[in-house]
Amino acid sequence: MTAIALPLSVPSGRVRPVEESAWVRRSLIGLALAFLTLFLFVPLISVFYEALKKGWDVYIAAITEPDAVSAIQLTLTAAAIAVPLNLVFGVAAAWAVAKFEFRGKNLLVTLIDLPFSVSPVVSGLIYVLIFGLQGWLGPWLAEHDIKIIFAVPGIVLATIFVTVPFIARELIPLMQSQGAEEEEAAVVLGASGWQIFFRVTLPNIKWGLLYGVILCNARAMGEFGAVSVVSGHIRGSTNTLPLHVEILYNEYNFAAAFAVASLLALLALITLALKTIVESKTREKPETAGIQE
Amino acid sequence: MGTFRQHSVLPGFNLALGFTLLYLSLIVLIPISAAFVRTAELTLPEFWDVVTTPRVLASYRLTFGASFAAALLNAIFGLLVAWVLVRYHFPGKKLIDSLVDLPFALPTAVAGIALTALYAGNGWLGQYLEPLGLKVAFTPAGVFVALTFIGLPFVVRTVQPVLEDLEPELEEAAATLGATRLQTFLRVIFPAIFPALITGFALAFARAIGEYGSVIFIAGNMPMISEITPLLIITKLEQYDYAGATALAVVMLVISFVLLLIINLLQWWSRSRSSSSV
Repeated sequence: MTAIALPLSVPSGRVRPVEESAWVRRSLIGLALAFLTLFLFVPLISVFYEALKKGWDVYIAAITEPDAVSAIQLTLTAAAIAVPLNLVFGVAAAWAVAKFEFRGKNLLVTLIDLPFSVSPVVSGLIYVLIFGLQGWLGPWLAEHDIKIIFAVPGIVLATIFVTVPFIARELIPLMQSQGAEEEEAAVVLGASGWQIFFRVTLPNIKWGLLYGVILCNARAMGEFGAVSVVSGHIRGSTNTLPLHVEILYNEYNFAAAFAVASLLALLALITLALKTIVESKTREKPETAGIQE
Repeated sequence: MGTFRQHSVLPGFNLALGFTLLYLSLIVLIPISAAFVRTAELTLPEFWDVVTTPRVLASYRLTFGASFAAALLNAIFGLLVAWVLVRYHFPGKKLIDSLVDLPFALPTAVAGIALTALYAGNGWLGQYLEPLGLKVAFTPAGVFVALTFIGLPFVVRTVQPVLEDLEPELEEAAATLGATRLQTFLRVIFPAIFPALITGFALAFARAIGEYGSVIFIAGNMPMISEITPLLIITKLEQYDYAGATALAVVMLVISFVLLLIINLLQWWSRSRSSSSV
């Protein structure tokens, strides 16, 4: 960082050979900011503007009516199940991939990333093909009066699917770069497997873990396409927050739709703030340890 | 086969790998294979007919065309944003750097209704664009705008670290040898960041093809004109045309797999490029 900051403090006025002239610099910054303003900042601001356009009373009413509250509860429930499961998966996958050498490792890493490249609509559809009335398990489930599709379990499954890779893909490169020497030393000193994990590995990966959890949670609460396919849109029972936004919007209840949407936008902003804090924490660490490249 | 894994003193390999494979199989692999198995119920000519009707072909053209155009715009402006964030200092830079990831964090439905409100005839942007004859909301142009939004962070985030790691000595050497700043950029900097740029483009493109939430609000969803392929899957599903929906899903899955393979190769290329230059 300091190596980059130093040459910039050269007296201005003369153009240095490895720098652009001031007007090129200003127009590039201007153009980049214009693009970001048009495509990022204006849409973000408009969510809050539209939400509050009709005043606080309408806003508060929209986010406290029973359907909205049940949508908030379902969204929190789905995330509360999906995130811990994917956390356990992420740690297990990263432990296997990063600490051991085995055949087919690259294939495994590619498979973990698979849900990212599948369209959300397809992610929902595949569960309908298994658990839906016409699906593989459909007749058996109907016989035993178990509902998965158009019910809460389907929403949870679809949420888990789309968020499978988040924590694993944060932890794998992090644990690979840390190597296995510290854990091996712990083995030599007689530590058990769980002791090694909780006393040696976990302190080393805690920020990466938190980072993955934050991103996983944001996607779990915001997923729309996959959940939309399996939900059935039953108000007050299988409606998550993003689906509730859609219903309100399609009923031309724009103020309420944007009020609920602003909750999700707020969640996104909190996610970004936490992400930035965690990033600065992880960046500090290697510098104080003196092993920055 | 005896060398499935190298010896290690660390415990927990069987438990960790076993759980990983079980979880992946139950959540990801078996459900995805269901789509392929269900499609096998169709004969090949039947499958071909389903995935090549004029309405489906029109949806491919829109989905791929708009995704490509959006990824291209993001490649150009993503490179610019990454450059400005790495090389220049200006007020609010840190805040802007954090906000670049907004499309990753903002639920797609929220992005969809926000963009629609902006570009509708009475919206902040639409009221100026429509008198100029530029209708964005409820047209294919709206699809392009939505896909640009959701693909925005990819190029920035793939190019940014490569640009940060670029050694200043290379540019100094080029300048010493008499290259202008533009020549240095085109001949020295651009080749170094090109693999990352292409990777970012491919990631944005792959994401755009499957996108649903942000598009359906702004597209207008008219068959043959502004209907994307993922929406067509949902339409078929709502008409209980499971075979048709599944066949389209298989087409989308195969395209995703091919793109995933290409992206992996690009990332491998990108890494080997940057490690060989050090």
